[in-house]
Amino acid sequence: MKRKTELLAVAIVAILVIVILPLLNASGIVSNFTINLYGKYLSYAVLAISVDLLWGYTGLLSLGQCLFFTLGGYMMGMYLMRMIGNLGQYHMAIPDFLVFLGWNTLPTFWKPFASFPFALMMVVLLPGLLALVFGFLAFRSRIRGVYFSILTQALTYGACLLFFRNNLLMGGNNGFTDFKLLLQQDLRLPATQRMLYISTGILLLLTYCFCRWLTKTKFGKVQRAIRDSENRVLFSGYAAANFKLFVFVASAIIAALGGALYTPQVGIINPSEMATDKSLEAVVWVAVGGRGTLVGPIVGAIFVNTLKSWATRAYPDYWLIILGGMFLLVVLFLPKGIVGLISDCGGWIAEKFKTTPVVPDLKQTPDADSLPNPQPAIRNP
Amino acid sequence: MFFKTQKLNQVASLGRAISTTTLMKKFIRSFSAVTLAAFTLNAAPVLHAEDTVKVGILHSLSGTMAISETSLRDILLYTFDEINKSGGVMGKKIEPVIVDGASNWPLFAEKAKQLLEEDKVACVFGCWTSVSRKSVLPVFEKDNGLLFYPVQYEGEELSKNIFYTAEAVNQQATPAVDYLLAQGKKKFYLIGTDYVYPQTTNLILFKYLQLHGVPVENIGGGLRKDDSGKVISAGKYTPFGHTDYQQIVSDIKEFAASGDACVINTINGDSNVPFFKEIAAAGLTPASCPVVSFSLAEDELRALPTKDLVGELGCWTYFMSLKSPENKSFLAKWNDWLKTENYPGVVKEKRAVDSPMVLSYDGVYLWKKAVEKAGSFDVDKVRTALESGEINFAGPGGKTTMQANHHTVKNVYIGSTLANGQFKILKTFPEVKGEPFLLKGLDEQLEKKTAAN
Repeated sequence: MKRKTELLAVAIVAILVIVILPLLNASGIVSNFTINLYGKYLSYAVLAISVDLLWGYTGLLSLGQCLFFTLGGYMMGMYLMRMIGNLGQYHMAIPDFLVFLGWNTLPTFWKPFASFPFALMMVVLLPGLLALVFGFLAFRSRIRGVYFSILTQALTYGACLLFFRNNLLMGGNNGFTDFKLLLQQDLRLPATQRMLYISTGILLLLTYCFCRWLTKTKFGKVQRAIRDSENRVLFSGYAAANFKLFVFVASAIIAALGGALYTPQVGIINPSEMATDKSLEAVVWVAVGGRGTLVGPIVGAIFVNTLKSWATRAYPDYWLIILGGMFLLVVLFLPKGIVGLISDCGGWIAEKFKTTPVVPDLKQTPDADSLPNPQPAIRNP
Repeated sequence: MFFKTQKLNQVASLGRAISTTTLMKKFIRSFSAVTLAAFTLNAAPVLHAEDTVKVGILHSLSGTMAISETSLRDILLYTFDEINKSGGVMGKKIEPVIVDGASNWPLFAEKAKQLLEEDKVACVFGCWTSVSRKSVLPVFEKDNGLLFYPVQYEGEELSKNIFYTAEAVNQQATPAVDYLLAQGKKKFYLIGTDYVYPQTTNLILFKYLQLHGVPVENIGGGLRKDDSGKVISAGKYTPFGHTDYQQIVSDIKEFAASGDACVINTINGDSNVPFFKEIAAAGLTPASCPVVSFSLAEDELRALPTKDLVGELGCWTYFMSLKSPENKSFLAKWNDWLKTENYPGVVKEKRAVDSPMVLSYDGVYLWKKAVEKAGSFDVDKVRTALESGEINFAGPGGKTTMQANHHTVKNVYIGSTLANGQFKILKTFPEVKGEPFLLKGLDEQLEKKTAAN
């Protein structure tokens, strides 16, 4: 029953977001600004799902997920920088920041990024490989819990400092900006932005479907078992480290794909996106939306960012207090996040309007189900 | 846990600035509004009053840059009030639209889009860091907006939609070097934070110094060359927030042993504290080896231990200590405004005024004059007026004239730091023409020079 409702809701929202909204935009009812803004939120939602897959389903709280998101963004950014061609300030064939660092020719590692398929491959490969190596070392050493969180945070901070260096030839503090073309399409045109928005919507839908499928399989059951009691999983003969490694790499790739679509829509990618607070923000979105639900992170990412966009304009002096207050409220009163609240309300309504109270409360855990005397309501009908 | 300490500081200073009761009221009001807003986002109707013109303020009011940028928000609000009191711009009162860029560069781009596409502002005053300007530049070009940028920067950029009231490198760094050369300095040590402004400025200075007869071995801090042996980076660089300057300062001490050396400092922010502490500890004095800093103005000096900095040099197009009648009346009016204004979040006590603030102030008046000359708020017409070379304003720092190259002509001042965080003015370079593209011209001049030898 609940599964069906969720699938129906997801299908309706997906059609609304991927088909109806762009149509409304094309006919001028929804502004280009809104489409562009929601495109950004959807790419944040992809990042949030990747956090949920790790944290909500495997119990691995990564505080460095934005590293993979930003790396994906950088790989796409390198392609976009190459596509500027000689339209930059200096009208030279190499990116502007290299010119004012005194370069006349393109550094070797920049050369293949003129090819879109190569850039796309790197979007997946580089973050994937980094996650594989880091995850392999971390999980083999049985680094868990808070130590894992601290390590991921250190990793992203280290990468942030590295990318700040101009020596890396990745644009230093300024990063990449002033993009012009994507696949020969002018990025300034509303039609291009609309296509990017739709692509992000589709990516989000596919990500959701993949994660939903994954968590339903036997793999997903092991995943949750690791979250709930890793030692028991180990004693049952499962190589928990391998499962965790797979989830870590998969979530890194998901985040990177989100980042790759984020860059052309926002128009800038720079190392401050790797700063530790950005990854913390992503965790907050998941907590606000409801972790371990897959729908929750999407709701959380869109809700928090919409609120932020609105409050930084309407209450530029108080928006931090507004957002902070909301986080406190969620932590204190909504431990299951917005989605948890909705499903609780749903359960409450179902109980209220059902004449025969045989449907178990949605809040109940399987353990409570198996108790001999479950509900007072059943005892006195 | 989810906020950086700076944000907490910001909240704390906000709390000091306004009484608790107003804060609570506003807070409760905000909260009830939040629930409503969640449903009506981006759909709020835009009211177009006949007698007002919307102008955007795009600065960071939270995050790492808030400490610098809130001052610019304050001075802009003051300027708008002053203009509104004297009749507005072409009879229309300025209605500020304040947004918070939150030291978050993608958010800057988003807010710029919002100001131009949703609020449809006539003009935007904003940005501090180069990266924030780079992030909004494509937005302003796409939507044909107008941005006034007030903070000293590295140049090498010229957008038809941005007017730079900021100091270009030849209005700060090269005059400072001229001054030091005239003082008989022969050796120059370049040090900065590793980002685009110090890198570019030092590369320009590296060439400029050679052109003025300083041999390469007298330029300290190290060089980096590309495969062909061409110098692509000059000077010593430390990352943001660096604190350990012991080794670097001992290098400087060795470099300055001959007694005719000086240091060109483009270190940003808090790192200046340990840097100047080490300089003082090493026994380097302004007399033996002066340090000229390009990122430290009166507003920053409020937060630094000035005792380590007394006698060190600064170079800006405005100093608060200028004795001109324009500056005196400006400061008097600004202080009066601070006493009476009731904008939320404006700190009233111990305020300093510095170059970025005055350049913001100048920018508003240049825009006003251009609008009046064009007889329209239309961006293309205002741009044409600004590019005519006839728009000028006698501001607190002296006369400022906008040139066709979107940079200004203005006076440049060299000052030495006093214990109270002010500057004693040592020299004035009158009417220096701002020029954004210096690297190429310097390269050509250097080639000519080597060919002549």
